[in-house]
Amino acid sequence: MKPRIFLLSAWVALVYALHQDFWNWHRHEPLLFGLFPPGLWYHLAYSGLAALTMALLVKFAWPAHLEEEEEA
Amino acid sequence: MTSAIVVFLYLGLVLYVGLFAFRKGTNSKEDFFVASRSLGPWVFLLTVFGTNMTAFAILGSSGLAYQRGIGVYGLMASSSGLVIPLTIFLIGTRLWALGKKHGYLTQVQYFRDRWECDGIGTVLFALTSLMMIPYVVIGMMGGGQTLESLSGGLVPYWLGGAIVAIVVMLYVFFGGMRGVAWVNALQTVLFLVFGAIAFVLISRSLGGFDTIVAQLAGDPKTAPLLTRARISPQEFFSYSFIPLSAMMFPHMAIMCLTAKKVTSFKRTVVWYPICILLIWLPSVFLGLVAAQQFPGLKLGESDDVILRLLTANTDVIVAGILGAAIMACVMATDSQIMALSTMFSQDVFAHYGGLKRYGENTMVWMGRLFVIVIAVVSYLLALALKDEKSIFDLAIRFGFSGFAALAPVMLAALFWRRSTKWGALAAALWVAGCMVFLWWLQQHSLPLAPKPGQPPVAIFESLGGLFQRTAMNVTIHGYMPVMFMCFGSALMMAVVSLLTPAPSRATIEKFFPSRGGREKK
Repeated sequence: MKPRIFLLSAWVALVYALHQDFWNWHRHEPLLFGLFPPGLWYHLAYSGLAALTMALLVKFAWPAHLEEEEEA
Repeated sequence: MTSAIVVFLYLGLVLYVGLFAFRKGTNSKEDFFVASRSLGPWVFLLTVFGTNMTAFAILGSSGLAYQRGIGVYGLMASSSGLVIPLTIFLIGTRLWALGKKHGYLTQVQYFRDRWECDGIGTVLFALTSLMMIPYVVIGMMGGGQTLESLSGGLVPYWLGGAIVAIVVMLYVFFGGMRGVAWVNALQTVLFLVFGAIAFVLISRSLGGFDTIVAQLAGDPKTAPLLTRARISPQEFFSYSFIPLSAMMFPHMAIMCLTAKKVTSFKRTVVWYPICILLIWLPSVFLGLVAAQQFPGLKLGESDDVILRLLTANTDVIVAGILGAAIMACVMATDSQIMALSTMFSQDVFAHYGGLKRYGENTMVWMGRLFVIVIAVVSYLLALALKDEKSIFDLAIRFGFSGFAALAPVMLAALFWRRSTKWGALAAALWVAGCMVFLWWLQQHSLPLAPKPGQPPVAIFESLGGLFQRTAMNVTIHGYMPVMFMCFGSALMMAVVSLLTPAPSRATIEKFFPSRGGREKK
């Protein structure tokens, strides 16, 4: 496996694991902006992290051979 | 009634868009079933996203947040925000390329070629079609519920469902995939814009959400809604398998074939998690607000809390516009109807000689006929099942879990040369068997079901806590069955494939061309 693919795979696995924020289970404080309990704002930030992860994959692991096949 | 009239105007607009698409299209099968593979990046993003945003996402998530609190966002939305775009990135792009190269219009056509077998395609067709029906029924139910709520009961459930069924049927019938794509794109924009407006207006009407949150936190009965106390860690973990369903949903697979270029996928996968956030955050948060505003609703009753909030806290016309936005999501059922029609006409009618015998034009009309049949059958089911189960429960048990558990079949087809038709058949039978067993277990344990917030109950005393019953589901040692279904399906695929003869060298070379061969081209 190429180092870049290995690193990206490890990154995706880490992001997947970060979904399990067991430390926020029973906390409802502090409220972010007086609205969002920790168990919610953590996952809002997680959505941003997911978008960033996809941007990284598009940048560094795009299946370029499919584009080549399309052009052919 | 004023708000219902606004919704009717919206339905008229949707119908117009669908019919306009009809005028732009041709009567070829490529055009009717996959919009001539012509969707650009933005329409593709909005369409793919809109396809997945259904009554389940809006009504189901707010209803569930009402019962179980903020954890619903992490449970369903944030995991989907990673897994679904990842799926589109890995699977969708490759399906698109295969579709373009070999002319596929459905995933079953690919499976048949990939494993050199008609039968495996027919089995997967039957299984996935059966699992799609509840998904369409949910859309009809959501339509009936929405119109009934917005009209204050003047438009009864049966009539609301019928109106939605007829509108969807007409624009899918005439516009085909292009109509579905344009309407989906319009609906997604509407929902994103008006969802945000609803959030702000309801907040203003109630004096700010911070007050509501403080009240929820101060009451020992509602404080757990601000935590994940009503969701077990096992359920939270195992639920992250559910978004794998996107890998095998026929409407998602077929939608992936409509992109003009493979680069259209780039924008979709990056923006998908943000779109999920924009839709699910208001839905989940409004479910919480409703828990403070309308306490005491039971499981099935809480599905329409978002509509109750709208009618109680906004002006009638605004409520109508926002109701139309909700209707936009409810009507995402159009792409499922389109997918079923495509599957029936390609995988059955065309495959078994219809195309050769009657020609392409007849096949397109056959696709249109299927649209009518599917819409009518789904509507009748929506009427019959109205009081049976909550929308959300129905979708989870019979649709999402089954499709998620079929994900290893798609992965093996695309990435494992050695996979065989027998492996795929074993995995499909495993999934079908699990679903029948779980359906039976769900019914059998119904009298034991605890109330929301109460601990799960062992279904068979002699087996200890192996099978447990929660308020809504059956679990296995506390984990959702979908996790075991996925593991079992992957195991079946792997073991049975290794025990049976590999596909021919020619087929493997066709779908996995060697690097040298690719470069020569």
